[in-house]
Amino acid sequence: MSATTAGIVFIAAMAVALAATYRPLGDYIYRVVTRETHYRVERGIYRVIGARAGEEQNWAGYAKSVLAFSAVSVLFLYGFLRLQAFLPLSLGFAGVDPYVSWNTAVSFVTNTNWQAYSGESTMGHLVQTTGLAVQNFVSAAVGIAVAVVLVRGFARKATDKLGNFWVDLVRITVWVLLPIATIGAIVLVAGGVVQNFTDVTQAVTATGDTQSITGGAVASQEAIKELGTNGGGFYNANSAHPFENPTSWTNFIEIYLLLMIPVALPRTFGRIVGDNRQGYAIVAVMSVLALASIAAVFGFESMANGTVPQAVTAAMEGKEVRFGVGDSSLFAAATTLTSTGAVNSFHDSFTSFGGGVLILNMMFGEVAPGGVGGGLYGMLVLAVITVFVAGLMVGRTPEYLGKKIGAREMKLASLYFLVTPALLLTGLAASFALPVNLDSMQEAGPHGLSEMLYAFTSASNNNGSAFGGFGANTPWFNTALGLCMLFGRFLPIVFVLALAGSLARQRPVPASAGTLPTHRPLFVGMVVGVTLVLIALTFLPVLALGPLAEGLR
Amino acid sequence: MARLPRWVAQHLAALRALLVLTLITGVLYPLAILAVAQIPGLDDRAEGSLIYDEAGNVVGSSLLGQSFTDADGNALLEYFQSRPSMAVGETGDYDPLVTGASNLGPEDVVDALPDPDLGWDGDANAAKSLLTQVCERSFAIGAREGVDGSRPYCTDSGASAVGAVLGVFYSEGTTGEVTRVVSLNEECGTVEAPFLAEYEGVQVECAEYGGDYAAAIITPVEGDASDHPAVPADAVTASGSGLDPHISPEYARLQTARIAAERGVSEADIEALVEEHTTGRFLGFMGDPAVNVVELNLALDEAYPVS
Repeated sequence: MSATTAGIVFIAAMAVALAATYRPLGDYIYRVVTRETHYRVERGIYRVIGARAGEEQNWAGYAKSVLAFSAVSVLFLYGFLRLQAFLPLSLGFAGVDPYVSWNTAVSFVTNTNWQAYSGESTMGHLVQTTGLAVQNFVSAAVGIAVAVVLVRGFARKATDKLGNFWVDLVRITVWVLLPIATIGAIVLVAGGVVQNFTDVTQAVTATGDTQSITGGAVASQEAIKELGTNGGGFYNANSAHPFENPTSWTNFIEIYLLLMIPVALPRTFGRIVGDNRQGYAIVAVMSVLALASIAAVFGFESMANGTVPQAVTAAMEGKEVRFGVGDSSLFAAATTLTSTGAVNSFHDSFTSFGGGVLILNMMFGEVAPGGVGGGLYGMLVLAVITVFVAGLMVGRTPEYLGKKIGAREMKLASLYFLVTPALLLTGLAASFALPVNLDSMQEAGPHGLSEMLYAFTSASNNNGSAFGGFGANTPWFNTALGLCMLFGRFLPIVFVLALAGSLARQRPVPASAGTLPTHRPLFVGMVVGVTLVLIALTFLPVLALGPLAEGLR
Repeated sequence: MARLPRWVAQHLAALRALLVLTLITGVLYPLAILAVAQIPGLDDRAEGSLIYDEAGNVVGSSLLGQSFTDADGNALLEYFQSRPSMAVGETGDYDPLVTGASNLGPEDVVDALPDPDLGWDGDANAAKSLLTQVCERSFAIGAREGVDGSRPYCTDSGASAVGAVLGVFYSEGTTGEVTRVVSLNEECGTVEAPFLAEYEGVQVECAEYGGDYAAAIITPVEGDASDHPAVPADAVTASGSGLDPHISPEYARLQTARIAAERGVSEADIEALVEEHTTGRFLGFMGDPAVNVVELNLALDEAYPVS
């Protein structure tokens, strides 16, 4: 089998695996978030938290809980990192410097997992497992919870009650993320991912050299890092490291883990709104965009255009032999189409256009299928914008799932959409205005611009991957990228919750002959089109300065 | 006790929630995985797939690549050579304490030339472009294995191979007549003559240290080397982790003749051993075929020790 055929079969096998769990996993999440009764163990947890599980919150109350939980998480993680030197299992590492601590705390709480540090030389075992990995779980749970609230907004009528944040948080963490991560971690150990609390094992090699073999609770962190679309590597080399991703089949498992929940959530959406066809329509939009993007990255990397790839005769720089170019491309596409940001190959060395598509993937707002929760609510906002555009064309008040999309709904959807470009482009422009920041670019010319563009795109969209040559560990970038991550996460969340609130208050209008059916291929095509037009209009100029200029040279 | 303000109560609830979930997902979960990882069959993997010698000392991990070079970084000819590594620490490359990649881009083709008085090793501001690194490795491996090390966009005209890249000045900036041409990676004094004598009728100059070539259009020259170089792609590129334990079967095949000669055994014996340590695609479609260099070299020492 040729490398190209093998790559195509790999992609097809992934699609089949995801299709197989679409219904069961989506239905399962539906049952977890809609169950009326509380288990005894859950009641115990609510008692400790002091949450009144029976009381549902309105959108503002829910938002305050989300923000309170996230604020406490940032402070807790910041303190944890600063005080590392005084904690057990620190492996002798010092407390983390204030800028990096702020950046890392925000990064993990916002589900971004941008890493301005190198894991193996900065973080001890305790910080990794009980600081960083915990946020991998709960930041993912927050994302799913917010998505569920938006769906409840569509499904409920004439109410301001949208659910209880503490109940959603606990249930999603304990019944969705924890069991799958447990199975995933054990499978990864079987593949060779390490799970220990040893410091460094000194090996004396055949040639008499010494090699310091690192340890760590990697498997437990690796599983949730992918499943929760977090992406923060235990080691600097992330999922390229043989201890994080030892074989070609653990690579398959890891890509599957990072896609499975985002792909299944449209099913949950369909179940909650009581029409599975709506879920299929949303997952169809995601699939069209994802397949186009995967094909593009795979194609560009396989063609290996560009001076160095042509000299090498393959885009092998920064890629591992066991994965090859094809499976590295799929991982790269999947990690940027979701908000994961884990890498099994180094994006900075991708071909100009291949790397450009990765930036574009993130610019889409990571909706195909997107981060856990974030992908679904991002796609539903795009669907709202689409019905509005469609409504303008035929001169009718737009509706989606029986809810009128009026001025308030459109304002919130537009604000949601505008947050990321505003952060990204302002941050990028401000950074270029300060000459000292130019030193952070490893390379001159368009590639240097791509590096900084990638950094702001990744942070504002909560992805976390990087063009790794970019020197992001400076006070300016740690602070600026931290702000992008923070606002890029929580402003959209507040707008989504507000949108959910205003939708839930409405009484549904019955569908009429003039209602645009939102489960047909026509609608799927329209959402794809609206998404492409919005993104192209927003980002084409800056892409032309970076990857396009480099690739067309 | 007076009721706490609502916002304080909210944040205390958040803190309690965080602590409960930290206990579950940050303590119990990793410990549970650790416990499962103690099951025989999983335990050696969870420890890092360590390889022990007969005396019980750790000689490496079957998952982590190693370099098979002497203290100066020269290839030990009796061993299969690993890929170039960017995980360069105090003990040389393939150091798990500093994993990572070059992160150099596809158009990183112009070297930052060193001060001639200091040389590459002495000048901290000097840096070889990715293209020059690829060319250098290719020609070095070609020389070592007795094959043609040439590849597109590379030239071997001086002390070592460099990327064949011209800086072309035009009369109108980016268009018009060619006014001046500099071979950007060939420093005056290190090469006898640039790899190309003339470009568009203009004589090609060597590059001066500190010369300002910012206005030149960077023009890589493909040359007439084969599109199918004898030295395979993985041999001239660094991996993502810097710890890649594998090389391609092509790169292993390229090295068998040298190993056989160095160890005084037949090529067929070495080829059989390579075959034994080659893994194909999992299920026929996952990943690429690969040869585990660490395991192969250990097996080599055991089967055919250097006399």
